[in-house]
Amino acid sequence: MTEHEQLSEEEIAQLEAAATKLKVSDELTIQIKGMHKWYGSFHVLKNVNLDVFKGERIVICGPSGSGKSTLIRCINRLEEHQQGDIIVNNVTLTNDLKNIDLIRKDVGMVFQHFNLFPHLTVLENCALAPIWVKQVPRKEAEETAMKYLTRVKIPEQADKFPGQLSGGQQQRVAIARSLCMNPEIMLFDEPTSALDPEMIKEVLDVMIELAQEGMTMLCVTHEMGFAKTVANRVIFMDGGEIIEENEPHQFFDNPQHERTKLFLSQILAH
Amino acid sequence: MSSAIEEGKTYEPGTYPDLPPPASEIGVYGWVYNNLLKGWVNSILTAVTIVFLVVVIPPSVNWLFLNAVFEGASRDDCRAIMNEAGTNGACWAFIGHRFELFVYGFYPVEERWRVDISFILMLAALVPVLWDKTPNRGKLMIASAIAPFVIGWLLVGGLGLEPVPTDKFGGFMLTLVIGVTGIVGSLPIGIVLALGRQSHLPAVRMVCVVFIEFIRGVPLITLLFVASTMLNYFLPPGTTFDLLLRVLIMVTLFASAYLAEVVRGGLQAIPKGQQEAADSMGLKYWQSMRLIILPQALKISIPGIVNTFIGLYKDTTLVIIIGLFDPLGVGRASLADTKWQGLSTEVYVFVAIFFFISCIAMARYSLYLEKKLHTGH
Repeated sequence: MTEHEQLSEEEIAQLEAAATKLKVSDELTIQIKGMHKWYGSFHVLKNVNLDVFKGERIVICGPSGSGKSTLIRCINRLEEHQQGDIIVNNVTLTNDLKNIDLIRKDVGMVFQHFNLFPHLTVLENCALAPIWVKQVPRKEAEETAMKYLTRVKIPEQADKFPGQLSGGQQQRVAIARSLCMNPEIMLFDEPTSALDPEMIKEVLDVMIELAQEGMTMLCVTHEMGFAKTVANRVIFMDGGEIIEENEPHQFFDNPQHERTKLFLSQILAH
Repeated sequence: MSSAIEEGKTYEPGTYPDLPPPASEIGVYGWVYNNLLKGWVNSILTAVTIVFLVVVIPPSVNWLFLNAVFEGASRDDCRAIMNEAGTNGACWAFIGHRFELFVYGFYPVEERWRVDISFILMLAALVPVLWDKTPNRGKLMIASAIAPFVIGWLLVGGLGLEPVPTDKFGGFMLTLVIGVTGIVGSLPIGIVLALGRQSHLPAVRMVCVVFIEFIRGVPLITLLFVASTMLNYFLPPGTTFDLLLRVLIMVTLFASAYLAEVVRGGLQAIPKGQQEAADSMGLKYWQSMRLIILPQALKISIPGIVNTFIGLYKDTTLVIIIGLFDPLGVGRASLADTKWQGLSTEVYVFVAIFFFISCIAMARYSLYLEKKLHTGH
């Protein structure tokens, strides 16, 4: 980042401090090699190659229909890929249910529409998977749930039902619910796209905090501010292919590909 | 809340006080206006309803209660009393005389205590199932799960009790045996069929679809006839297979096919995201069904499920056709008695009241359940 000569010394120092705080290890956690996916005869993902290292914060952007959601949904097998390899923490994703379970234990996911369980309270939403998947005793699971609800700043809503919360609160519960399973990797599928504008910040704040604690994150989002401040890598997808990837400042200031330039000009125009 | 605004005062933006609603919206006047007299259509409907109630209610009450005769040994006794008073009413003495037959059918008199205990056991077993605030619900549920077997043993006998052949069963007791068995048995089978119909395994899906469509495509009476006669051709000669048991199986299967479709409707109403969230957290198929999908799908399906149960319960009267004595069968047999001839109205009104009370109880319970399970805004 220091090659940005137009930056003041102070800014450079800030960025460096942030970068050391968000140290990325050289340990691979997700490997995607020559992956293809079709919906029927429609070729959604074309020869996707991606290596993710522990502690990386990757933002994936691109026009709608570019396959970015599908890509991260393939990582925890919500979608099945037909060709190529996906390897998460040395486990290869195949039809073997045992492997799928292993990978899902390490990978948490946050959805655009929260997907909280409306018939369970906030606390029950969070404690459910630890109790049933990890066989954690109920009391312990509820304590952990409260810990994470406190971290996303809504411990007082624990006994309410999701339908009684605002969108921003629901999304924070969804993040807490994922964290309760103690995942190594978090996938975010447009986590702020369904929120009212005044609620986006409270969700992004939680995600920024998570990033600063060293969580590996793959985030499909249109929040370019988030990409600039948090991501260490931005990936641009179009037509099912990874068109361009770069560190955020290079990506925004100096896009290489015509399609990236067009996309950025469209979303940054207003 | 401030109750008045000052005349002519202008308020700064953001300081306008909350005012009480206008008088036409609250109180007795507001209620009567909004519910009975709002617009001329509602006013006419209110008037027609009042006229209808005035015409229908007094004669009904007179016939059912005020002019009715409760004591007497024959229809002539009833008639004599009413002629004397110059009134016309129901002859409930008839029902009184036949009451035990209506309740127990031909169950041996000295063994009827077993039916009474079974009935109490059934009510007790229903408490933890229907009421989620029962203390120690978990343990009592286990007791409730055992109860049907105890009741079966009590009613049929054996193992130290005098055996009672099932063709002695009759009356309301028979209705309850068939109705409750059908309801309890068909719900789990219906759920499994609904899940099977959505299975990714073609063989499982096929079996479920064929079963559901076959059972739904055939009238219940046909199935009952098959149960009572045809089955003998298929079974090895010499096997005895209790008629009531066959009826129970047929009624249960019949209701489960309908329930499967009701539950499938509920399953389809659950957003795909729920299953995805469960999957992403590593829940297994049966866990996600039991903990996430079914609780929501069944909640949506409650009106349809109870509708099917009520239908099943009333359809138990069809067993009269294959010679079982349900309340209508008992009633018809009683009407053959020369002492009481011509009192069919009383019989059918009595049976109707029994069914009405049972069915309204189910309907009200389903409303209570819907309200209780409502968790959103």
